[in-house]
Amino acid sequence: MSESRAEILGAVKNALRHARLPESARPNSNASPAEHLGDHRANLIPARGTLGTKARIDLFIREAERVNATVARVSGLDGVPREVARYLSKQNLPTTLRIAPAIAEPTVPWTSQSLLTAEPGRAEGSDAVGVSRAFAGVAETGTLVMLSAPDSPTTLNFLPPTHVVVIAAADIAGDYETVWARVRAAGAGNEKGFMPRAVNWITGPSRTADIEQMLLLGAHGPQRLHIVIVDDEVAHP
Amino acid sequence: MRSTAANFEENSRKALADVKLRDALSRLSEGFPAKRRDAALRLPEFEALRDQARDIKNHVLANLDVYLEAFEARVVGRGGTVHWCRTAAEARDAVLGICRKANARTVTKSKSMIGEEIAINEHLERNGVVPVETDLGEYIIQLRQEPPSHIIAPAIHLTKNQIADTFRDKHRQLAPDRPLDEPRSLLEEARGELRGKFIAADVGLTGANMLIAETGSTVLVTNEGNADLTYSLPKVHVVIASLEKIVPTLEDATTILRVLARSATGQDMSVYTTFCTGPRRADDLDGPDEFHVVLLDNGRTRMLGGEFHEMLRCIRCGACLNHCPVYKAVGGHAYGWVYSGPMGAVLIPGLIGLEEGGHLPNASTFCGKCEEVCPMRIPLPEMLRAWRRLQFEQQKSSAVGRAGLAAWAFLARRPWLYRLAIGVGAAALGRLGRARGRFRRLPFGGAWTTMRDFPAPQGRTFQSLWHAERRGGGR
Repeated sequence: MSESRAEILGAVKNALRHARLPESARPNSNASPAEHLGDHRANLIPARGTLGTKARIDLFIREAERVNATVARVSGLDGVPREVARYLSKQNLPTTLRIAPAIAEPTVPWTSQSLLTAEPGRAEGSDAVGVSRAFAGVAETGTLVMLSAPDSPTTLNFLPPTHVVVIAAADIAGDYETVWARVRAAGAGNEKGFMPRAVNWITGPSRTADIEQMLLLGAHGPQRLHIVIVDDEVAHP
Repeated sequence: MRSTAANFEENSRKALADVKLRDALSRLSEGFPAKRRDAALRLPEFEALRDQARDIKNHVLANLDVYLEAFEARVVGRGGTVHWCRTAAEARDAVLGICRKANARTVTKSKSMIGEEIAINEHLERNGVVPVETDLGEYIIQLRQEPPSHIIAPAIHLTKNQIADTFRDKHRQLAPDRPLDEPRSLLEEARGELRGKFIAADVGLTGANMLIAETGSTVLVTNEGNADLTYSLPKVHVVIASLEKIVPTLEDATTILRVLARSATGQDMSVYTTFCTGPRRADDLDGPDEFHVVLLDNGRTRMLGGEFHEMLRCIRCGACLNHCPVYKAVGGHAYGWVYSGPMGAVLIPGLIGLEEGGHLPNASTFCGKCEEVCPMRIPLPEMLRAWRRLQFEQQKSSAVGRAGLAAWAFLARRPWLYRLAIGVGAAALGRLGRARGRFRRLPFGGAWTTMRDFPAPQGRTFQSLWHAERRGGGR
């Protein structure tokens, strides 16, 4: 393998040394890779990603609904179990939940709803409903940003056919770049790097159009995505 | 996969006569282009983002060695392994080696063009490891033992009835008279078949839409969620990617993501965009114990710095396929290898040689639509022309074609002779065809006259009229 490595890198260097590139292929700046890797400069951010608080949350809701998610708003984390119970019973769905440890009791008072059974942990194949907490939202496209962590297992986002995501209104950003800055800040103390093992952007429930281009929800991931926005909750720690 | 690109003409003839394929392709040309246009209209900054996406890749390619080493260092720093592979054979062996070490019996796989390029499924099967495609379209064509016919819609060439027949044939354990008329029931059946396989798999094999040098992350973009079940459930995650997939930072990846889905399916963002960085961390409840990146060259370094350098900006969105009149007529299989459409016609000769792929650059009307919609602004028509030139220079085109071109070049460089020859030819044809005004058959013109008549020239040539006009002589 090390022989291949040396040969590939040698071939790259050699090709670049003798490169004869047309105008359209030339880099438009002389910034060195080291500088570029260090400065985390944002490129163009679309105007719709730069709205004020109220418009931003409204846009997030509109965009999420546009991609077939459903959205509800509650005032505090205490209101989450009631909303989840309402959503599930209205759809006639099972009421046994697999929840992220990050939102287990006492953070969220699940036992306040006798209808619900909430079991913290990673998802198993038999789980019908997964509930997790988003690190952030992106108004631009109605996207949820999930970070993996011991109290926030990745499988909850994908294995159960119904996915409920709790998000603080204060965590909804306008654009992705704002969220990357928060991810960097949240992981700053980790000497191996700030990136969590998995960062998952989720924009609506799972879908496919592989059969005659017909749109069908629920291909392998969740068929239903329900977002519960918590207004008075402080931003993600 | 074995290439049949050299048989492009024969493949196309078959495709044009295939009624079911026509039916399937007509849906493609109605769907994707309109969705892309609407998505672009919804984002006023779309064109400016395309410029920036191009600039990002230009910068990366000009510093590719530095970014590759930076990426590797971050992957290793996070406990992952990078396997450098010069050829498809090296990449196949790297993947098989990882599977053997993990005592793997089954491998779940999410769609990867590099997987097709190195024919990993056949290699695993030959060596006793069972690969299971999990993207719905890929699953269907794996059952049918066919290659994909489109980068992002691999089963676009099939109708739902063909898929239902395949499922009845392959899922023998299910009731033979079950209803499969609706796409929904086909999806449910595939989902049911694959559920258990996701959970039982020993290794998860995915591609990557991008590799991020800053963090050592691999980026995966899907709509179904199959890729996420593929990497998060088995003990080992293997990413196969070619080396030009690299981008510097998270911000750069984000800019490219803003144009990728809009160009591909007309979505603002695909449903699942995933950034994987190394294996499972201490105290994690899920995730793979091992994280491997198989980094493939397979001809890319030969394209770097040369005439086809800009092809390495390609992000495999499929927009050029969706808008290409040739692709929409013959479909992806006619191209005879992994890639198709305008990007395939440029890339295939670059990767497997002009000898094998030389027909493909001729599969273009030069209408320019591919370049117009390419999010990375790759000058595809220019490069198709460059391949044709090389083909001519290396004497790899057909003898008849070359003789014709040589004759035309001889005339075109002698304007007086050209005018004379055209004038005489047009006058002669005009006289011969005077009675009918058209020809049913013409010597050397069979390709034209089998489908339509050739109109007999009337009056003077355009050039002589033009000259008369300029001299102020009137008509």
